[in-house]
Order: sequence, then structure tokens, then C-alpha cells
Amino acid sequence: MARKKIREYDSKRLVKEHYKRISGSELAIRSAQVTESTDLNDLIEKEPWLSSSKLVVKPDMLFGKRGKSGLVALNLDLAQVSEFVKARLGKEVEMGGCKGPITTFIVEPFVPHNDEFYINIVSERLGCSISFSECGGIDIEENWNKVKTIFLPTGVSLNQEICAPLVATLPLEIKPVIEEFITVIYALFIDLDFTFLEMNPFTLVDGKPYPLDMRGELDDTAAFKNFKKWGSIEFPLPFGRVMSATESFIHGLDEKTSASLKFTVLNPKGRIWTMVAGGGASVIYADTVGDLGFASELGNYAEYSGAPNEEEVLQYARVVIDCATADPDGQKRALVVGGGIANFTDVAATFNGIIRAMKEKESKLKAANMHIYVRRGGPNYQKGLARMRALGDEIGIPIEVYGPEATMTGICKQAIECITAAA
Amino acid sequence: MATGQLFSRTTQALFYNYKQLPIQRMLDFDFLCGRETPSVAGIINPGAEGFQKLFFGQEEIAIPVHSTVEAACAAHPTADVFINFASYRSAAASSNIALKQPTIRVVAIIAEGVPESDTKELIAYARSNNKVVIGPATVGGIQAGAFKIGDTAGTIDNIIQSKLYRPGSVGFVSKSGGMSNELYNTIARIAIGGDVFPGSTLSDHVLRFNNIPQVKMIVVLGELGGRDEYSLVEALKAGKISKPVCAWVSGTCARLFKSEVQFGHAGAKSGGEMESAQAKNQALQDAGAIVPTSYEAFEVSIKETFENPIKEISPPQIPEDLNTAIKSGKVRAPTHIISTISDDRGEEPCYAGVPMSSIVEKGMGIGDVISLLWFKRSLPRYCTQFIEICVMLCADHGPCVSGAHNTIVTARAGKDLVSSLVSGLLTIGPRFGGAVDDAARYFKDAYDRKLSPYEFVESMKKKGIRVPGIGHRIKRGDNRDKRVELLQLFARTNFPSTKYMEYAVEVETYTLSKANNLVMNVDGAIGTLFLDLLAGSGMFTKQEIDEIVGIGYLNGLFVLARSIGLIGHTFDQKRLKQPLYRHPWEDVLYTK
Repeated sequence: MARKKIREYDSKRLVKEHYKRISGSELAIRSAQVTESTDLNDLIEKEPWLSSSKLVVKPDMLFGKRGKSGLVALNLDLAQVSEFVKARLGKEVEMGGCKGPITTFIVEPFVPHNDEFYINIVSERLGCSISFSECGGIDIEENWNKVKTIFLPTGVSLNQEICAPLVATLPLEIKPVIEEFITVIYALFIDLDFTFLEMNPFTLVDGKPYPLDMRGELDDTAAFKNFKKWGSIEFPLPFGRVMSATESFIHGLDEKTSASLKFTVLNPKGRIWTMVAGGGASVIYADTVGDLGFASELGNYAEYSGAPNEEEVLQYARVVIDCATADPDGQKRALVVGGGIANFTDVAATFNGIIRAMKEKESKLKAANMHIYVRRGGPNYQKGLARMRALGDEIGIPIEVYGPEATMTGICKQAIECITAAA
Repeated sequence: MATGQLFSRTTQALFYNYKQLPIQRMLDFDFLCGRETPSVAGIINPGAEGFQKLFFGQEEIAIPVHSTVEAACAAHPTADVFINFASYRSAAASSNIALKQPTIRVVAIIAEGVPESDTKELIAYARSNNKVVIGPATVGGIQAGAFKIGDTAGTIDNIIQSKLYRPGSVGFVSKSGGMSNELYNTIARIAIGGDVFPGSTLSDHVLRFNNIPQVKMIVVLGELGGRDEYSLVEALKAGKISKPVCAWVSGTCARLFKSEVQFGHAGAKSGGEMESAQAKNQALQDAGAIVPTSYEAFEVSIKETFENPIKEISPPQIPEDLNTAIKSGKVRAPTHIISTISDDRGEEPCYAGVPMSSIVEKGMGIGDVISLLWFKRSLPRYCTQFIEICVMLCADHGPCVSGAHNTIVTARAGKDLVSSLVSGLLTIGPRFGGAVDDAARYFKDAYDRKLSPYEFVESMKKKGIRVPGIGHRIKRGDNRDKRVELLQLFARTNFPSTKYMEYAVEVETYTLSKANNLVMNVDGAIGTLFLDLLAGSGMFTKQEIDEIVGIGYLNGLFVLARSIGLIGHTFDQKRLKQPLYRHPWEDVLYTK
């Protein structure tokens, strides 16, 4: 199960497309997406309202608080929208400590309104919680005490009685509309495998609900059931996650294989680098370097698991070693080739890939004054460890090798001792 | 969720979606523990029934296979654990059915990637019916010395090293299957799965462990993301747990990442502060759990808390599987089959070392393929062309000959293609089609011994053997077999030597002087020309030629060629929808 954020444009597209199927009535949602590759003339042909209405434009980059950050422009005509986009497309912004370029915008009709409602649905272990407030909008956090929440256990469908606490205080003339809207949105949430949905705010246009701002997350493991319903859905990387060339190379490898290959550079100048087998263990190795007080020296997070073949490990290890040995400065560095006790992965086979990469990169490893620390257990580990030891003798690089008799993270301590000892 | 012991030494499971290795690993574990009954009572393999042979120690046992969950539950009412190895697409549906069976108490779902909404339904059903769901996305779970789910705890070597074959006194629960293996080195219990909503939670299992008298301490390995650890914090605060709990939540490194990162596990997504590893570790410590400063110190904390009351026993030896033993170089085993003509192990199949692609690219024909697979060498084009002509000439000889007749009768009896074909082929022998080989043998013998045609024919007559390859039902000296003439013409034009065939012509001249129907027939022509091909091409030694003739290669040529015709007759009869053939009474002489 993996919950993936989707763009506001896609959230609204899904609501618009499926609201009618589920409720029989239509929502007048109109929105258009603008990216670097958008041709405005083509877009107008598809969405003629763009040239006839006043518009709103904002980045569609999975971050919130756009209004408060001055990234929303209201009441523009299309030419002004185009100018707004041009001035910001590809420009870096900083949001909540993450920096990244803006690549995607959403353009919608400008809807003057007074009412701002809030709805939020979150999937939880035993059901879903549904929150509603008649005081939505950018000040929702200041008005949090006005938010009402109900919890709907799995398998129970939403009816008037259960919904009542949410809408009890609404004026009679709008109460049925809102009640109906909440019910349909909840049904749509379940039907489309949403795991999170928020409209803040939505308003009423001609007496009908209209989402002004929306966030959504889908359960991407349900993709096989929703192939048709979701249409061409995009799961963008979280904002600020810009991959370097090496990272996207590994990402590409990862997508091509059934195994898992992850690589994130944390500090290109770090002196402790890791290449760890196993999803659980890789996190613990990174933790331990940090918990022992050397987070600042940690070069990367790297995980390989799911029995990658020798060739995949070779390509993967090349990249890790290249990054770890970049810009030698004469000071000692450490490469932690770690892992727990494998269930069934053939340790000797995966180590072959790593060993081949190390042989290829022998001079780089030496130039970077690299010390290598190995710890691993599992099927055929004796053979794998013996080959690692032999490699040390063969290419003359210091390699310390441990098996399951040693603690898993003991080599983190050694790596730290290595880089802190006098050169 | 039920509180207390989930498994015992008599627990039996039903295994959904047959996988040989995990089941064998369960049975090996059973044997190691000294269980009397295997822990897998039955296998469910949709659409299949019967038995699967597996090892229980040294012995082979047959485990029943059922095609539906319901049938398996009815046949094995004491099996209360359902181990689901279905794919993420179908795991939810089969687990649902299993949960609804009254005999099933625990369902373990191995698949990774089961949709959240499906999992939530399973959780809801299990809760209201007091059943336990382990997973999805779990390696399973193990109760030391009693019962193990699927692949839990890895190889037998690791199980022995971790002493999981004897009962333990530590309850362990983890979010990571790989890491649980690591921690099994000292302790044992259940890995619950890395998903956002694994069927049962850390606190579910901790509360359960607290109720089991044999469990003296509890070890928890959590991870960042989700709120699961907080239910444990609540339980600790409420005083529901009386035994020491050693806990560590991994993922303290998440704050080093600038943006959201999904780590290796689906549940391990760095989200809000509450879900951080630091916050969870702090909360657990505040609630009274023993929390180390880093994972490196975790093992020390566990050892300090742990007093070992376990009496050591030594487990029986599990016989090593042949494959493993061979791989490790401990034993060698003779192969049972040897093959020299083809190899399908590489990038593409090879015929006698020639890759398939080059056979196609070089425009080789069926004659070349025959020469590669039968003679293990590439023969010159005129030879392979000759082989092709033979195949074409012998492909069919009408519906009345015994082979075709048999095929037609069989096809009309409603039998399938293969039955119809072999029924025709089975008539090939000394009387039908077998004359090519004999012709080659006798003519070769006579020629090599330099017998004159007169001596040869007369010696055969003395032995009471008709000269094979001579004689025809219809053809006469003045009306030769067209096929024989074509073969002779081709050979005289292309073969370096046609001495065997010319010798046969001399024999024919002599036999024709005895009777006008004793002409060389197609068997004689093919038989003797094949001798010329073998001897004249210079590609075969004398021994090889003797072997080829002795084994009966030429009969092979006839069988191959005639199969083409027999297949044609089968299709013909089927296309014509011919009814069952019945021979008319009138055509039988009934007599005493």
C-alpha cells in the first residue's frame, strides 16, 4: 500500500468525471493544466471558457499555503494568466524548507464567493474520518474548533443520521445540498480508492457545490482495479525532490526490475557512504550513523533488496562508488556495505556484482582513501564474505568483513572511528 | 484480536496457492522441532486436485490438494491457520473466503501491494468475528519450537543458528521481515508486515504476548510512519502490559532528507512529526518501555533485560536437498540423461551447435535441420537437397496403404490428431515402409563383399529372402517408377559417386531378366543412393556409415516423411466430418 499525492488538476478531474456517475447530477467544475509543453491555442480549443471568463491561476505542485505565499493570482484574463505563468515557470521557490522549480499550473474560472466550506476525508485503519466546517478557507487552522468530525467504520455507508452532526448547524436552505454533497464525495472517495481528500474551501455557485481548492491522495496499489476510472493519472514526486543525474539513473534501474534499488544523496561531501541490502536494514544503518552523532558525514541513503541479479547490482554499485569517491581530498572515507541476515537472497551472487564494481573502480577507491566495511549474513554468505576478503588482498584496499556473528550496525561505529582517526 | 497463544506444536495450516519451497521450509522446521504431524494439512490450488509430494524429514509424504477453500476446510476441520500466498490482485478475495470459514482462526497474507480498501474490509471482518489477520505484506510469523508460517526466519541454517527449533521466552514483533531475521538470532515471534494497515498491529501482538505465561519479555521493532506504535504507548500507559518491553523505532534518519521520502517499506513514509521515529521512541520511553539510544545499543538492551531460562536441546539433522548440496560442492550426482544434438540453455536454442537464428538467416531448409539433428554436422547443399526430395517423395502414398488406412479409421473414430497419427505410424515396419533400411543393408553388404548381381540375387533366394528394393505391384520394366528416375537423375547430376545405385541397377537388369515386375522401386533407390551420399560426401567414416545403416536412419526418413501425409489424412477426415468407420460384413469371409 502506498499513498500517492496527485495534482489538484487530477483530483478535480476525477471528482468531475465520477460525481455524475455516482450521483446522477453534474458539478460545474472547470479546470485546465498548464505546463512547459502546453500550447495555449490548443488549450483554448479544448477549454473555450478560458478566453471568455476571468481566471485564477496557481502552481499545482503538491504544496499548500499558496494563497499565503502570494502564488495565487485572481481575476485575470488569459493574457495575464499567460504572463503570470511565464514569469514563474521553471523558477525555483522555497516551500516549507523544500526548494524546487514550478513546472505545473492549474487555471480555473474566477469564482467570486462568500461562503467557504471545508471538507476532509481520511482513510484510517478501522474506517474513515470525515470532517466538515462552514468556516473553511485559508484561516481554517485558526477556526479549527469549528471543524466537526465523524468516524465511519469500514463497511458502514454514510446516511443522513450519521451525517447529521456535521451539518446540524447549517441554515435549512443549504443543508440538504451540503449533506448530499458530503455523501456523494464520500462514496466517490471509496469508489476511486482515495486515501485522502480535502476541499478547502468549496463554495456554492448557483446553489451547487463548487470546489475551489482541492488536495487528493490515491492508493496506488489499487491501480489495477482503477485502470479505467483513473484515466491517465500522474503521481508526481514530492515537491522539492529533484533527482540528480545519478539518482534518476538508479530510479530508472529500479523501475525496470522486480527488485528494489533506492539511492538518495544526502551530502555529496559526506565521508560515510552506505550500500545496504534490505528495506528495514538500510534505514537502520542510516539511523545509526546519525544516532552516533555523525549525521553530517552521511553521504547517502541506499538500499537494494528483492534479489536483484548480478548485473543490476553491478550497475547500482558503480553509481554508489562514483558518488562516494567524487572529489578526493586526501582525507579518509568509509563505505559501509551492510545488511542483515538475508532470508533467501544469495549473498555470494549479489556480492559478485559489488565486487566487480569495486575492481573496476579500484583507482578511484584508492584516490578517495576509501576504507570498506562489510557485514552480511544469509544463504551462501560464507562464500560471499570470503570473496570480499580476497578482494581486499587482490586490489590492496582496506576491507573489514563480518558475518552474522557481529552486530549488524557494528561497522557503522568502525566507519566513524575510521574517518575520525588521524589520517 | 484474540489474546494469548496463536499457535502450538499441533497447529495445522491450509496453504493457498501451491508453492513448493515455502511449504517444504515449513515441513523442515516441523521436523527440526520434533513435531509429530506436519504443519501443512492441505494445499489449495484453484482448479487443481490430487496430492503434492513433499519431504517430512527423510520421508516423503503426500499432502492433499483441493481446488477450493471450502473443500479444504471441510476436509481438514482441525486446520485453523490459512496461509495465503496469492498475488496482490487476488489475495483479498481468497482471504475473505477463508475468514468466513468457521474452522479458520488466523489468516496470514504474504502478498505485497494489496489495496488499502481491501485490507480494511478484512480487518473489519476479522475484528467483528474475533479472528486474526497477519499481513498483508508479511513474511509471516513463527512460534519457536512449534509452528512457522511460510518463509519466516529464512533458511534452515539461520533457524538452527537462531535456535528457533525450541520454545522461547521472548515475544518479538517487527514491521520488517528482513530485520526480524536479524533479531531472531537471539529471539523469536511475529513480523506483522510493512503496509499502512497491516491486519494486526504491534500492540495487538504485545498484548497477546503479555498473556502468554512462557513469554518473559517483549521486543518491538517499529518504524517511522503511521501511528501504530502509539497504540502500544497507550497500552503501556494504561498498565495493560506487565512484562518488560524493549523497543526501538527505526527511521531517525528521516529528518536528514529534505523532502518526503518513501523508504523501502510502504508503511515507512516520513510524514508528520508525530509519525517520526524520534517522537515514537520518546513516547515509548516515556510510557515505560526500554528504548536504547541507537539500534547499535538495542542488542545490548535486549540482552540486559533478558534472563535465559531455556534448557538447550539439540535438533535433529535435516537431510540436505540434493540441489543445495551440489551447489555447495559437498556431493556430486551422476546425470541421468545425456544429449549431444541440441542445447536450449543459452540465449537461443542450438542445433548441433548452430544457433537457431543463423539457421533461419542462412536460409537453411528442413534437410539442413535433419542433417544437424540426425548426423550432427552440416552436410553440403546437394545432400540436404537429396534428403528433402526423399521426404517429399515419401510424404504420402494414397489412402489405401496400411498407414493411411489406419490413420483414417482412427480419425473417424473421433480420436485426436496424435492418436490418429501414431496409429498410422505404428504400421511402419518390416512389411510396410521398412524396406529402405533393408535395401541399404543388403545392397551395402553385397557390394562391399564384391558379389556379382547374380551371386547376390541367388544367395538371397537360397535364404528365402526377397531382395528388398526390387519389385513393384504395378510398375514394369517398360514402365519404370517415375520417382526412381527422378532420384537417379538428381544423383547422377549432383553426387560425386553413385556406385551403390549403379550396382543396384545391375542387380535390377538381372532380376528383370527373371520377371518383368522386378524393377527397382523407390525403397531401393533411396536406400542405395543414401549409401552413395554417405560414402561419396567424404564426411563420414566407415564406422559411422555402418552405424547409420545399422541403427536404421533411413527408416527414420520414411517415418518423418509419411507423418506429413498421415497428418494430412487426419485433417482430411475431420474436415469431411466422416463418421465412425465400420467394415462391411460383406467384405469379411466368415468361416470356421
